[in-house]
Amino acid sequence: MSTAVFKHRADQQAEDNGHTKNYLNAGFSAKSWLLTVDHKRIAILYLISITTMFLLGGIFALVIRLELLTPAGDMLQSETYNKMFTMHGVVMVFFFLIPATPAVFGNFLLPLMIGAKDLAFPRLNLLSWYVFTFGALLGVTAIVFGGVDTGWTFYTPYSSTYANSNVILAALGAFFAGFASILTGLNFIVTIHKMRAPGLTWFRMPLFVWAHYATSIIQVLGTPVVAITIILVALERLFKIGIFDPALGGDPILFQHLFWFYSHPAVYIMILPAMGVISEVICCFARKKIFGYNFIAFSSLAIAMFGFLVWGHHMYTSGQSVYASLVFSVLTFLVAIPSAIKTFNWTATLYKGSISYDAPMIYAIGFLGLFTIGGLTGVFLATLAVDVHVHDTYFVVAHFHYIMVGGAIMGYMAAMHFWWPKITGRLYPEGWARFSALVIFIGFNLTFFPQFIVGYLGMPRRYHAYPEEFQIWNVLSTAGATILGVGYAIPVVYFIWSLRYGAKASANPWKAKGLEWEKADSPPIAHNFEETPVVTEEAYAYEPKRG
Amino acid sequence: MDKGFRFFPDQASSVAGDVDLLYFFLVAVSVFFACLIFFLIYLFAVKYRRKSEDDIPKEIEGLLKLEILWSVIPLILVMFVFVWGATLYFDSYTPPKNASEIYVVGKQWMWHIQHPTGQREINELHIPVGQPIKLTMATEDVIHSFFVPAFRLKKDVVPGRYTTMWFEAIKAGEYHLFCAEYCGTKHSQMIGKVVAMEPADYQNWLSGGAASEPMEVTGEKKFQQLACHTCHTDNANARGPSLVGVFGKDVELEGGVKVVVDEEYIRESILTPNAKVAAGYKPVMPTFKGQLTEAGLLQITAYIKSLSKDGSK
Ligand code: HEC
Ligand code: HEM
Ligand SMILES: [Cu+2]
Ligand SMILES: [Cu+2]
Repeated sequence: MSTAVFKHRADQQAEDNGHTKNYLNAGFSAKSWLLTVDHKRIAILYLISITTMFLLGGIFALVIRLELLTPAGDMLQSETYNKMFTMHGVVMVFFFLIPATPAVFGNFLLPLMIGAKDLAFPRLNLLSWYVFTFGALLGVTAIVFGGVDTGWTFYTPYSSTYANSNVILAALGAFFAGFASILTGLNFIVTIHKMRAPGLTWFRMPLFVWAHYATSIIQVLGTPVVAITIILVALERLFKIGIFDPALGGDPILFQHLFWFYSHPAVYIMILPAMGVISEVICCFARKKIFGYNFIAFSSLAIAMFGFLVWGHHMYTSGQSVYASLVFSVLTFLVAIPSAIKTFNWTATLYKGSISYDAPMIYAIGFLGLFTIGGLTGVFLATLAVDVHVHDTYFVVAHFHYIMVGGAIMGYMAAMHFWWPKITGRLYPEGWARFSALVIFIGFNLTFFPQFIVGYLGMPRRYHAYPEEFQIWNVLSTAGATILGVGYAIPVVYFIWSLRYGAKASANPWKAKGLEWEKADSPPIAHNFEETPVVTEEAYAYEPKRG
Repeated sequence: MDKGFRFFPDQASSVAGDVDLLYFFLVAVSVFFACLIFFLIYLFAVKYRRKSEDDIPKEIEGLLKLEILWSVIPLILVMFVFVWGATLYFDSYTPPKNASEIYVVGKQWMWHIQHPTGQREINELHIPVGQPIKLTMATEDVIHSFFVPAFRLKKDVVPGRYTTMWFEAIKAGEYHLFCAEYCGTKHSQMIGKVVAMEPADYQNWLSGGAASEPMEVTGEKKFQQLACHTCHTDNANARGPSLVGVFGKDVELEGGVKVVVDEEYIRESILTPNAKVAAGYKPVMPTFKGQLTEAGLLQITAYIKSLSKDGSK
């Protein structure tokens, strides 16, 4: 690459206006945002969409917890309660957590991390945001017109024949969100294969990139299956074509197979990118090369592959064949091993590091603790005889919240804080950030730990009213949820505050390694780098090479 | 039901203790590993805090031996847990030969229970302690799940087929019965209780109440009403095969395949008779779909089963 660099028109314009040029001040019109093909701006668009959805899902969650404060179903009607947990699940899973880290941070960072100007298909990237937002709007429309009450799992024949709520609309919303996620995955795969900077070999890539590579594979291979399943449910609902309803000659268990064939891998779509974030953050704040780079990279791939073979662990009590259950159980145990390996490697990375406790690191350590608990309880659920008891109880609810909120959202929050200076060019207030990280950690545990106990005691999930002896645990849980809600509200306030009043960030405020920190400004210019960077070292080479 | 403060439910079935033991083992192993990780993080976090701004530690690449160690130890442990969990699961799958049968029909939003002796209950199931019980379950509408926490057992009840589960109560008492699979508006009201009674009390319970007609008798009446008997007679040139003594035996189908006559086969024969046609007969049996409730089907099934008991006609 020659050093005579082609100047992006937008950058030139910013310069002419007398600002330091960057992607944010490269244009201020609505059109410059809505028709942008800059991966960084699209990331911001996604950030706005999913944050809105997160707030919506959060409100549903608080309503659920309020209702469960007392054993009697006295605040809402059963039907309304059922809609609350359904919409909470649909919004959080399909419209927040699945896109969250990849669509915001993946979009923003992948090109920066691999030294590219943009993703391979910038227009496709913009399209994915429109498709996603359209899906989210369909979802919101379904909610406005009365909601859905099938549970986020849409089990048939309830969803296809019995429920009289806006199933089709909500399911179509999820369908479009899934379509957007396929487009994103496709874009990432091609970008990672084709657009790495000179010298950036596969094994020099940051682990964040590896994690997104693995995630993209799942998105591209898995999502079409759930899309087809959704269409089949719609066909059955609309035209009474017998697919899942035995009254029409269908098979209700077939739906569960198809749904979990996607939705188990989908749980890894949610957690793998967060794992990528954690690798970056831990290395930066321990100032150390990751322990066991290859093991972490390959465990992501192993999870992506073998994650497709374990869906039947959601169906141990469904009446599937005993032998099927045995096979799914053994494979589920096997797929837990790569997660364990990652956890050990992250912990080992801290050994003899130089650790500082800025907010991203506090979130990362929180991730380690909570993911450990989530993963270990996953092993309980993989165990056939134990799962027969705790399946469809609050034990399962606690398990997946430990992974999805304690793991994936902690990772997402770590990323928010870590890359906020890069994205906005401003520093967030560190004191408040540490404080709210602590509030979130405490609130989270208080919300979800009691659910393991009440689950083992036998409290089924999706219950509007429950026997009195479970109340104490539910009261604790609701108290925790309130704290958790406050914990999430604080960052919203200080992030917005910092946009105006935050101190200006330097290009590399954390003294981190990585092209996005070392070669790009904060915020980066529209085409990312003044000149194409050349990579000469492995990732996380914090210790300068001697000689 | 003991409503006091506790961490796990009553151990009221023959498997509850075994499941709990495995659960406690898992808790112990998990606490060990969680504490190990938390302790290491805490230790490193304190010991290796950043001392000065430009403090840069030495690089450590990783260590193959350690990687192998922390892959293999968890692997061995989880395989052990797999075998343990699978064994228990397997055992709780096949009911013992001497299990007494009870029939359950789930319906939005209640549980209908029929005892072969004719008693019918709603949202309550009375059983004797010390006697294995096999439930044959069906649903009139969506999926439900029969869940008794004190027994550590649940099983989904799936439309279009029978599912079964079995248990043996070991302690008299009243235990929660929940529907564990979300089934619509009043899912959380689809609850009831299992009453486990000492055998003598159970006998009293059975003989108390209005005299009830055994299921097979009700089934026989249905068999007449629906004119099944016009084709299914013992007559050699009857249009349909004799149903006497067939339950639990193999029948040969058109094409030579053999199948066992069980509840599921009877169900299929009545609802979709042409799916499996008995060898030597014409597919003339009409479907009875829509004419029989799940409860009615189970009664006819009980009747056909009774034709295979020793000493029956
Ligand atoms: C029109 C005559 C006819 C009537 C009425 C009829 N069946 Fe049948 N049934 C048959 C014939 C013929 C077969 C054997 C061919 C087949 O499997 O479809 C059969 C098979 C069966 C079988 C399978 C037996 C075996 O040995 O494979 C069962 C069980 C059965 N019928 C039950 C019933 C019941 C219960 C009813 C009433 C609700 C009923 N049938 C009414 C003609 C009839
Ligand atoms: C350590 C590895 C893990 C194991 C062994 C494991 C095991 C299981 C099992 C067996 C179930 C089924 C429980 C039941 O319904 O009875 C389950 C449920 C679930 N798990 Fe995990 N899990 C693991 C990690 C994860 C991860 C990483 C995520 C998400 C990011 C996750 C999210 C979920 C969700 C969402 C459900 C419940 C779905 C539902 O029924 O609504 N799990 N897990
Ligand atoms: Cu799963
Ligand atoms: Cu139910």
